Amino acid sequence: MPDTYGAYGGRYVPETLVPALDELTAAWEAALADGSFRDELDVLATSYAGRPTPLTLAERFAPDKRLYLKREDLLHTGAHKLNNALGQAVLARRLGKQRIVAETGAGQHGVATATVCARFGLDCVVYMGSEDMRRQRPNVERMGLLGAEVRPVEFGTRTLKEATSEAIRDWITNVETTHYLIGSCVGPAPYPAIVRELQAVIGREARAQVLEAEGRLPEAVVACVGGGSNAIGMFAGFLDDEDVEIVGVEAAGAASLGTGRAAVLHGSRSSVLADEDGQITDAHSISAGLDYPGVGPEHAYLRDTGRARYVGTTDEEALDAFRRLTRSEGIIPALEPSHALARVSELDAALIVVCLSGRGDKDLAEVLGRGE
Amino acid sequence: MSKTLVIYLMAGPDTPELAEAAVDGGADIVEVGFPFSDPLADGPVIRRAAEKALAQGMRTRACLDCLAAVRGRVDVPLVPMTYSSLLEAYGWEHFADDARSAGASSLIVADLPAGDRPGLRRIQLVAPTSTDERLRLAGEQTDGWLYLVTVTGTTGARAGLSTALASLAERARVAAPHVPLYAGFGISTPADAAAAAELTDGVVVGSRALEAAEDGPAALRDLVRSLRDRVDSG
Repeated sequence: MPDTYGAYGGRYVPETLVPALDELTAAWEAALADGSFRDELDVLATSYAGRPTPLTLAERFAPDKRLYLKREDLLHTGAHKLNNALGQAVLARRLGKQRIVAETGAGQHGVATATVCARFGLDCVVYMGSEDMRRQRPNVERMGLLGAEVRPVEFGTRTLKEATSEAIRDWITNVETTHYLIGSCVGPAPYPAIVRELQAVIGREARAQVLEAEGRLPEAVVACVGGGSNAIGMFAGFLDDEDVEIVGVEAAGAASLGTGRAAVLHGSRSSVLADEDGQITDAHSISAGLDYPGVGPEHAYLRDTGRARYVGTTDEEALDAFRRLTRSEGIIPALEPSHALARVSELDAALIVVCLSGRGDKDLAEVLGRGE
Repeated sequence: MSKTLVIYLMAGPDTPELAEAAVDGGADIVEVGFPFSDPLADGPVIRRAAEKALAQGMRTRACLDCLAAVRGRVDVPLVPMTYSSLLEAYGWEHFADDARSAGASSLIVADLPAGDRPGLRRIQLVAPTSTDERLRLAGEQTDGWLYLVTVTGTTGARAGLSTALASLAERARVAAPHVPLYAGFGISTPADAAAAAELTDGVVVGSRALEAAEDGPAALRDLVRSLRDRVDSG
């Protein structure tokens, strides 16, 4: 399992966490080598989460293309986040940890974490920036119903960056009893590798489904990138297929890969929105799930090697794609994958798979507030 | 043998004067915080101080200038304490060189654990969660003294001295027999400082020192003197 991706990744954490990361690495490697872990996840995936998720041809949204949507919005709790939360909850039980701490931006990872904690009877604390709590009220209420304690973070930007820092500080303080259930492929090793593996089911399924439907591989796969977990899960299925173009789509105001520089944030070295002194700068996006100045280290590596390319979508373009998919296909997407959908028409590819990472219920207030 | 008293101050316009007051009150070493926007190891007091320092423009070059100005006022060892992102941006070795040129005697990087970048000479931190093997590694790699994090947690005052310190200090003595051990994180009152010094070779006071520094050099001098007196009287 890699600790680094080229010059990215690593473990930039206070000493207090190092033994816990060693323990987590050992437990994860043991779990992967233990067929019963995979079996347990498979049963949960099919009987609880609703896998496999379908691949939907979006003929009216993109009449000039063969555009397929990988429907992670149809997963239980409404987003791909559950894939990771379920896997890490099973891992936490193997570690003997009864308390779970998590961060959330859009609330989707918080809901997924609260859900698996309810399912397994674990104590759950979710840190969320107060600005995101305002933007994503329904998810705050869902977490409460599920029995999680949502702790508002009233610091700095009051969004995902600060929520992540607070979750890590909680973990530092309670590390002996607590598993930190990180929501994206970021953070210190081994987290980026764990989250990638747990999300790789998206790409595995999508690859088999598109082969089944079209008899060939897609020319391009596209996914939105905040921290980058749905994207890395989707891309993992196609990285070895050299002819498949891989495109990540960032929010233009939170383009860690597009405009960032090498810096250290939340325990790993990656491409980060930072100034020349290494101070982290603010991200801005209509989508709380993309409103993050960092990105998973493997994405920075894929950018540098040229295996994937990363482009940006503005708030307005994402809103437009959101409305168009809703009206043309009867699917209300989350604002995050709407960023990916916005780039489809200009791709020089006919057969495309986009990861529709989540559904848009949580975003209705934000969209309606902008005059729809 | 007299115990060492380390005082942490955040880099800022008043730091040279404050450092002089701290040394006047009996500080043996002064740590100078170079603020970072996302300090994972720090509790609310140091976070607020960092936010204020950044708002005052205390970026890396200004912090190095501040360090040099402190050097001009006091003779004790000075140790910058910061986070990896600043070194990444400045250049790891370049940062260490320029800090030394500005008067630093060593360096602390709060999120760069022992084992990583062994070529970068720095004071290593160990925690109650550190294994004996990691204590040995940190003891081998540390520059001068070993920083014992007394709590499983972030910086900032606690009610009473952590019960974890005694066993950590005992294990560290065995793992790193010839290295001075200074305890920090969560030590705020003279009584805590004296109790921690009983178990170790010195103590670090950070958040409480920043609070006193808010009230000016005289208040800081008084705090440091009260810490000094209690630590010396055992």
